[in-house]
Amino acid sequence: MQRRSGRSEDQRTERTLGALAIAVLVLIGAMIVTVLVKAWPSFSHNGLSWFGPGGDVDAQLRAMQASVPIPGHSIHYFRAWPLIWGTLITTFAAVVLALIVSIFTAVFLTEFAPGAVRRALEPVIRLLAGVPSVVYGLIGILALAPYINQHLISNSRKASVIYAVQLNGADLTTATIILAVMITPIMVALIAGALASVPTSWHEGSVALGVNRWRTIVRVSLRTARPAIVAATVLATARALGEAIMLSMVSGGRGFAANPLDGITFLFEPVRPLAATIVNNAEGLTIAPLAQTIYAIAAVLLVSAAMLSFAGWAAKQSLKRYGIRA
Amino acid sequence: MEAGQLAPVAPPPGLAVARPKRQSTASWPLIDRLGYWLSWTMGVALCLIAVAIIVFMLVKGISYLKPAMFVESPSASLQQSQSGGFLDPLIGTLIIAVIGTVIAAPVGVALAAWMSEYARPASLARAVESGIDVIAGVPSIVLAIFGLLVFTQNFLGFLSQNAANGAVYGRSFFAAGIVMSLVALPLIVGSTREALAQVPDRMREASYALGKTKATTIGRVLLPAIRTDIASGIVLGMGRIIGDTAIITILLGATLTNQGVGSVPVIGALRGTGSTLTSYVYTNSPAGEGNAPQKAYAAAFVLLMMVLALNALVTRLTADRKRSPLRILLSQLGTWGYRWTR
Repeated sequence: MQRRSGRSEDQRTERTLGALAIAVLVLIGAMIVTVLVKAWPSFSHNGLSWFGPGGDVDAQLRAMQASVPIPGHSIHYFRAWPLIWGTLITTFAAVVLALIVSIFTAVFLTEFAPGAVRRALEPVIRLLAGVPSVVYGLIGILALAPYINQHLISNSRKASVIYAVQLNGADLTTATIILAVMITPIMVALIAGALASVPTSWHEGSVALGVNRWRTIVRVSLRTARPAIVAATVLATARALGEAIMLSMVSGGRGFAANPLDGITFLFEPVRPLAATIVNNAEGLTIAPLAQTIYAIAAVLLVSAAMLSFAGWAAKQSLKRYGIRA
Repeated sequence: MEAGQLAPVAPPPGLAVARPKRQSTASWPLIDRLGYWLSWTMGVALCLIAVAIIVFMLVKGISYLKPAMFVESPSASLQQSQSGGFLDPLIGTLIIAVIGTVIAAPVGVALAAWMSEYARPASLARAVESGIDVIAGVPSIVLAIFGLLVFTQNFLGFLSQNAANGAVYGRSFFAAGIVMSLVALPLIVGSTREALAQVPDRMREASYALGKTKATTIGRVLLPAIRTDIASGIVLGMGRIIGDTAIITILLGATLTNQGVGSVPVIGALRGTGSTLTSYVYTNSPAGEGNAPQKAYAAAFVLLMMVLALNALVTRLTADRKRSPLRILLSQLGTWGYRWTR
């Protein structure tokens, strides 16, 4: 009797916990479905041109806010390319910058840093990861942007593009630098963790063959850690895509497609990524067409995040093939 | 130590690998020496950036922070000397952190226990794992506007307030706190799973040998054995919650002071709108309406100190296992970190 009651209690616990797991899954499914359903009108009115260029995106959002359609177009008319472009360039630039810094820093941490330096650097990196994004945004807009505005953008440069856009330091460069600082710590942690788990004997084998330490690191350690580097890049990309508050503070807040053909001026042109656009238009969520457009932006972010999650899973599979338990 | 001599076998704790202490780089090709110096430069530069941020916030914070700010409510004023302090945001931050963790902690621990001890059927376990990855990967702004959609439903009106025309407002401490629990969930699941995976099987076997069921083993043996890890997961989650701004700006109504609804004391306050330190910083920055940078710096400084205190708490909780800060940072990545530290 005793045993049977114990077993049924056990089953009950398993079922309760399993039900909780299913509930969480249902919640996630509901989230994806609701956002997509809510976003559908915006996509169906614009078709694939939703993702393309066409007109001033801010004017389109204002038209929805005021419920006065742009002449010749429906109220849902929306071309998101400047926002998508802003997301792509800030994310790409920040991830590339952070990748370079974090690979070298991870190598430094695991291979070269003297004990005392390493013990100082590790908590510092952890701290950088913990600083809230609004604090980064505040530093960006009150310290970095004014500096860039005063010292790096000349008045003639400002005057050269004044007919189209105002350069004031809240721009692509500021956004990229702050974003890179935000994502570097997690990349360092992942890459350094993988480097540390490369079997010492592999490293020693290479050094014993007369290969110097730097070559050994590049040819053996970093090569073995490749899946972790890919994973770090994927995770950092997901973070950078989703960063809303900091970017809405420092990126200039204008739906402007910064043009690389402008040369150096390109670096100082304002951008506004997708996530920041949601923050800036949050007040308009009660107006149906604007809300549908905002949910469409959210759907794009959601799908991108899911795809990146899948890419991370794929990176893990290749890690298995290497036979390393990172 | 001579060049070429092998390092001691046992690696020191943490991420460092035992390597010969010093080796002259004079004989290396130029490109290799360049790489060596570049890695030194990057390491030191990252350190300097962090120090610069801390010193900058410290200087600004100390010069603008006044004790009175902790006890004064914010008020609308163009003069920075007239616009009060941040008592309400401070209380708001605490309320949100408590609601978020109170929901996320039991759910997260239960999910982690199911995933590492039962995980049947395997397909469901895999689905839950990816589901939690999705939650961890979804931008919090997307969670926020999904939350707004949920909490403006009529049957959830009791969690916020009804407008004059009967529409549900959907913005309240309840709404923001409940959505915040999703932000903390992956961290708590990650730490708990990582710790459960490290509990040796002999502990489970000893418990089964004494005739205990699996449920009792989890409740009485495994979870108590990893309680500090659960606690550190909760603290990490709390750190993430108090630092999040997107959910607050969308789901807490962004009123300067905490505005209760109705006459029921606690429930009324939680149904009402308010602000937290993060939304206070955002509103008072040039990006918001307030444009009171001194107030923003002071509040950001307090926020940073809270994050530092929580960091120190995690370090203390995990001190007995000598985990390096980067290992803790990996567990901060939730299920992601769990994958890579396994």
